[in-house]
Amino acid sequence: MIEVRDLSKHFGSTVAVDHLTFSVRPGMVTGFLGPNGSGKSTTMRMIVGLDHPSKGGTTVNGRPYSAIRRPLHEVGALLDAKAMHGGRSAYNHLLCVAQSNGISRRRVSECLDLVGLDGVGRKRARTYSLGMGQRLGIATALLGDPQVLMFDEPINGLDPEGILWIRTLLRSLAAQGRTVFVSSHLMSEMALTADHLIVIGRGQLIADSSTTDLIARSSQGYVHVRTPDVDGLAARLRVAGAVVDSGVDTLRVTGLDSAAIGELAALDHIILHELTPRSASLEEAFMELTRDSVDFRTDATTAIGRAS
Amino acid sequence: MTTTAVAVPESIHASPPRTIGWTNVVQSEWTKLRTVRSTYWTAVAAALGTIGIAVLGATEYVRNFNPDKGGLDAANFVLQGLYLAQIALGALGVLTITGEYATGMIRTTLTAVPQRRVVIALKGLVYLVAMVVVGEILSFTTFGIGQAILHTKHAGASLSDPGVLRVVVGGGLYLASVGLLAFALGTLVRRTAGALASFFGVLFLPSALIDLLPSSWRADAIKFAPANAGTQILNTNRVHDMLGPWQGLGVLTLYGLVLLIGALYLLGRRDA
Repeated sequence: MIEVRDLSKHFGSTVAVDHLTFSVRPGMVTGFLGPNGSGKSTTMRMIVGLDHPSKGGTTVNGRPYSAIRRPLHEVGALLDAKAMHGGRSAYNHLLCVAQSNGISRRRVSECLDLVGLDGVGRKRARTYSLGMGQRLGIATALLGDPQVLMFDEPINGLDPEGILWIRTLLRSLAAQGRTVFVSSHLMSEMALTADHLIVIGRGQLIADSSTTDLIARSSQGYVHVRTPDVDGLAARLRVAGAVVDSGVDTLRVTGLDSAAIGELAALDHIILHELTPRSASLEEAFMELTRDSVDFRTDATTAIGRAS
Repeated sequence: MTTTAVAVPESIHASPPRTIGWTNVVQSEWTKLRTVRSTYWTAVAAALGTIGIAVLGATEYVRNFNPDKGGLDAANFVLQGLYLAQIALGALGVLTITGEYATGMIRTTLTAVPQRRVVIALKGLVYLVAMVVVGEILSFTTFGIGQAILHTKHAGASLSDPGVLRVVVGGGLYLASVGLLAFALGTLVRRTAGALASFFGVLFLPSALIDLLPSSWRADAIKFAPANAGTQILNTNRVHDMLGPWQGLGVLTLYGLVLLIGALYLLGRRDA
């Protein structure tokens, strides 16, 4: 369980995180979404005590991170795949981290096995590909067999096989009842992996809901209709309060569901060739949610352009 | 690399200690120090520099030996290479900490042990103990080799001569004390280039700047400049107008300690 309460972080006059409040619950994968620079990494760094909050605070399992007696046994974090000395072998990297929390050598070897690096554990980390670096970072997070896991952009730079591997790993960790918190800017990936989503933009909370709810609630859901009588049906639906965009033989209807559209068409004896509810993809839902924060930035850029 | 099937063990078998003890951190920091190559490179460079200079200097002295020209401080003479060793081992002290910042390892370190000041203080301690051991081995070995050459003309010194043992033991301690200064500056500055520059600056600049000071300050400035204070331990006989051997080494160590305490204070307050 991770709890973030009224968390803010200022860097000079820049507000990176702005009064964030949310909790991450065990037993599911919680996705942390936001455009680049929205404050995801800063929030995660504050959760593990690397950055000091300007205001508010965070707790893990009810305690501030610095009060946890054996952090690696409670929280495993992958914040940066390159957070290791390139001159050290994977085995020695894991060993020195493990020793600091009194974790055995056997567990070090186990973790190398677990992420599939057992064959290259003696090689220096500098020689690793990005994907292997991510795997080593994940092994580091798993060392203490923690209840809470936090991964910042874990699939960055991974090939399809690696992505599938991470997705399976995240799901199996959550299935064991662990708290799994994963940031990403790849919405489509989160749609497949996350049960719950926390969306932020410009450091502020935009949405905190289950993945299915978020997609369903999005204003981008519409009904796709194909009919030989485009004009007749469009007029009928508009009278009923729907918003209708017409094409050659298709209509894009929002404001009425497919059942209501079918009934109205039947009443007027209008032939339908197709009647399909279309839900927005998570990608679209995300764009819709974060449009304001992104728009604001575009405006600011334009204003600067004009001023100069 | 083909581990699509993931088996995460439900719990680990070893029962871990209840809290992190300082022995855990010391073990971890020792592993870090011994598993990077820069540790060995700098130690080898220090050894080559120190022993090489002793051999060259002593051989040259023996070849041009003039029995009428007495007064050689034989212990100090063969340990001149320590001035090279301090550069290599000081650079290691800087890298021990700035290397963690440069690679991002520091974030892993401080996440594993959130008691920042404790981890970094123990990291410094592990490095310093290693420096004392390396320094003493280097100092005694170099002394032995140098004296063996000087003894061919009966110009050498013996450890039982007054002050000589103090010089040789002090040689190792001097290196460790310089190392403390380097480690403190590394912790304070965090970036390798800046920390190395400030390390060389603190060590070598004061003697260059002393002429710019008002003349009434010069005597004290010369005495208390870090390198001048620390190297008094390497003179068999006390030098007039300078600090005493242990006093001087104490002053150098104090500079390092004060800087380290300041650096540790900032470490707790800054974002990592």
